[in-house]
This record gives sequence, C-alpha cells and structure tokens, in this order.
Amino acid sequence: EVISVKPVDAEKKRTLSPYVTGNSVLAIKYKGGVLMACDMLGAYGSTKRYKNVQRVFKVNETTIVGASGEISDFQYISNLLEELTTQDFCYDDGCTLTPKEIHAYLCRVLYNRRNKMDPLWNSLVVAGVDPLRGESFIGSVGMLGTSYTDSHVATSFGNYLSRPLFREFQRDDMSLEEAVSLMQEALRVLFYRDKTSINKYILAKVEKEEGVAISK
Amino acid sequence: MSGIGTGYDLSVSTFSPDGRVFQSEYAQKAVDSSGTVLGMCCKDGVLLAAEKLEISKLLEENSNRRTFPIDKHAGAVVAGVSADGRAIVDRAQGEASNYKSMYGDAIPGSVLADRVASYVHVFNLYWYVRPFGVCTMLASYDHNGPQLFMIDPAGTSHKYYGVAVGKGRQGAKNELSKLKLADMTVKEAMFAAAKIMHQVHDGEKGFELELAIVSDETGRLFKRVGKAELQEVEAAAKAAIEAEDLDMSD
Repeated sequence: EVISVKPVDAEKKRTLSPYVTGNSVLAIKYKGGVLMACDMLGAYGSTKRYKNVQRVFKVNETTIVGASGEISDFQYISNLLEELTTQDFCYDDGCTLTPKEIHAYLCRVLYNRRNKMDPLWNSLVVAGVDPLRGESFIGSVGMLGTSYTDSHVATSFGNYLSRPLFREFQRDDMSLEEAVSLMQEALRVLFYRDKTSINKYILAKVEKEEGVAISK
Repeated sequence: MSGIGTGYDLSVSTFSPDGRVFQSEYAQKAVDSSGTVLGMCCKDGVLLAAEKLEISKLLEENSNRRTFPIDKHAGAVVAGVSADGRAIVDRAQGEASNYKSMYGDAIPGSVLADRVASYVHVFNLYWYVRPFGVCTMLASYDHNGPQLFMIDPAGTSHKYYGVAVGKGRQGAKNELSKLKLADMTVKEAMFAAAKIMHQVHDGEKGFELELAIVSDETGRLFKRVGKAELQEVEAAAKAAIEAEDLDMSD
C-alpha cells in the first residue's frame, strides 16, 4: 500500500520551479576568518534581469548567509533570520547565535519544507566565526535538506568549476590576500564558463575581532 | 490606610461613590513605594535609569534586571512589582515583533505605547484579574526621533520629556524640571541622571544604578550602559554632589 502525505493547500502553494535565481556562492576559510563571494545577478531564466542583487545576508556580528537559487525564497529566509536575531537581541543574555547554530536552524527549516513537498528553492552557505572559541565555520544546506560543513564550499556551478581550485590551493592558514586572490580566480573561471553570470561581485568576510565586512 | 475605601475597594470593577477605582489607586501605591525610576528624552536619544535597591548582600551584581530591550530600537524600564513588569515587557516584545511581521517596519513609539496601555487597561476592567502594579517607561528611537512614554497601572499613557516614579519621584521631578532636556545630549543626561539618583536615594542601604540608552551614539540601538562607563558616570556624579555640598556649607 502506498502511503502518501498530502500537504495542506498542495495545489496552491507548492514551489514547482524557481523564477528569479542567483547562481554560485563561494566560501573559503583563511587564517583570520572566512571569506564569501558571489556575483550580483538575479537571472530570469537565461535573461540577466537584475544586476544589483545582494545575495549575502548579514545575520549578526559573527555570521553571514549567502544563497543561490530562488531569490524570493532567500528573501523569506532573510526575514526569518532577522526575526531570530531580534529575538536573540531581546533575550538580552549576553549570548548571540553562533554560525553553527544558524546553520543547524536553516537545516531544519529547509528539511522540513522539503518533507512537505514545498521546498525553499535555495542552496545556502552559512559562514562565520564563533566568537567564544574563535573557530571559523563554513556550512552548506541544500533545498533537499542535505547539509555539511567544510573548509571550502561552493554552490551551483561553483561546485564543478571552483571547488577543484579550492581543493588545490585553499589552506586553513592562508592569508587574507591569498584568500582574496584565490576567490577572484574562482570568480573569473565562473564568469568565463557559466553563462548566467556577470562580472560584478561582492566579497564578504567575517573575522573574529572585527566582525562582518561586506564590500560594495 | 484601611478604612479609606471600605467596601468599594474589593474589586477593580467597582467604582466608589466619588468616582474612584480604588484598586487602580492601590496599584499606583505599589509603584510609589518601589525604587526610583527615571526617564529622559534628549535631543539625540532617550535615557532610562533605575535605582535597584539592595535587597540582600548576597545578590550578584547585574541580577534583578530592570531595563529590557523591546526591539532593537526600543527599550523599557519598569517600576513597581518586577514580576508584573516582566509580563508587560514580554507582551511589548510580542507586539513589536507582530508589528514587524505585519507592516515590515519597526514599531513606532506611539503605537507601542498605545498597545501596552491598552493591554494594561484590560486588567483594570474585570473583577477576575488585578491591575499590574507597574509603571512602564518605554523609550524608542525611530524616524520620528527619540520618544519617551510612560504607562501607569491604570493603563493611561503619556509622552514625556522627563519623568520620574517611585520613592524619590518628588525630588527627582524637581531636579528634572530644572534641566533643559531638549538641548542635552544623552551623554550629559547620563551624568545628570546618576546625580539625581544619588541625591534622591535615601536610606543606609546601598543601591545599584542601571542605565540604558537608545541614542545616535549606539546607532539607534537599545543598549545597557556597561560597567566601566557606568562607574565613570557615577564617580563624576558623586564628585559633583560633594562639590555642591561643600559650596552650600560655605
């Protein structure tokens, strides 16, 4: 006998396909923290429609989240994260959410949505530095709820084009300059080979003392 | 005190013949006998201060919190029964979060004050509940500028430049009226608040001062003044009081 779970309002609410999408997000660890990069394109199919899309969201002073996939779902996720952060602020207990906790939270959100057959069509990258232990953290969560953590992570096309470069050249103790040039090399490859990409990108870094900095 | 409202003071749903609701007035008395609480609305922010009377020498510093964040841009301080105060703060946090989800923006000070006042008022209407024995001061800083509101136990809310409740309110109000709050910065107000608190505090038992601000300096975020800065401000205030005493005794 086949057991099927019919989700509530199945016909009205299920995400069938993404519309406005972002492509690769790259993240690597370096000596002082973590570095994340992505381009600023919101593609509508093959059309390069929105060229000023911020796909990196600063959650708090220790964590950033980058997304590829459906932009509207990412905006929803950013809202959830902002509510989380405000709640954290109001607890007023001297603790802030660490990157690991935010990663765990997003895993749960995405996995539960996938179980309802109504996924958030995103591949997310959570990166940051744990303020108490000083450890860098990079984690990835996909729309199916698959998650893992590593020293370097990429989504979408970056998986095929950038990760070989990272595997070869990334080291946990590389300097910021080396990390930035590695990132730029990876972005260059993506721009050459990925058809829906543009040459406008942002770099975001998180360091233990200085917190989050996102370039323009 | 007994005999004032005999018969008409048993429930908040009863008026007395001269039109008073005694339970609400008694709630106000609970506030009047608590530690002094001040609020000051300055030109670049709002300051909230609470005099935390030393309940026991075994109490750890910074426990018995009296100031609370409501949202990133707003905070509250409570005078009176602290447990009641926490219930109100919880509700205010909920209202702020609700407003944000519905309207996509930070709750304006006046709306927040309205909602808290309505909530407090409800407890003055029905016989099966009692009024909150709390005066809540709400501070917020948004595009309408810095704002300070106070909600009393009856559920009335007013907007203030400067307000004081609790044991030392008479002296504090006096001092506050001498200050030109609209021209002061929050930094100057911190010093003034510490001075007033030390002046109106009476009794041999010590007290801990808790200061919280929302100002341009904190990026319009609610922030409790840290220990180092607090000590600095208090030391300066005490020095100023001593200097004045010396002047007066000349």
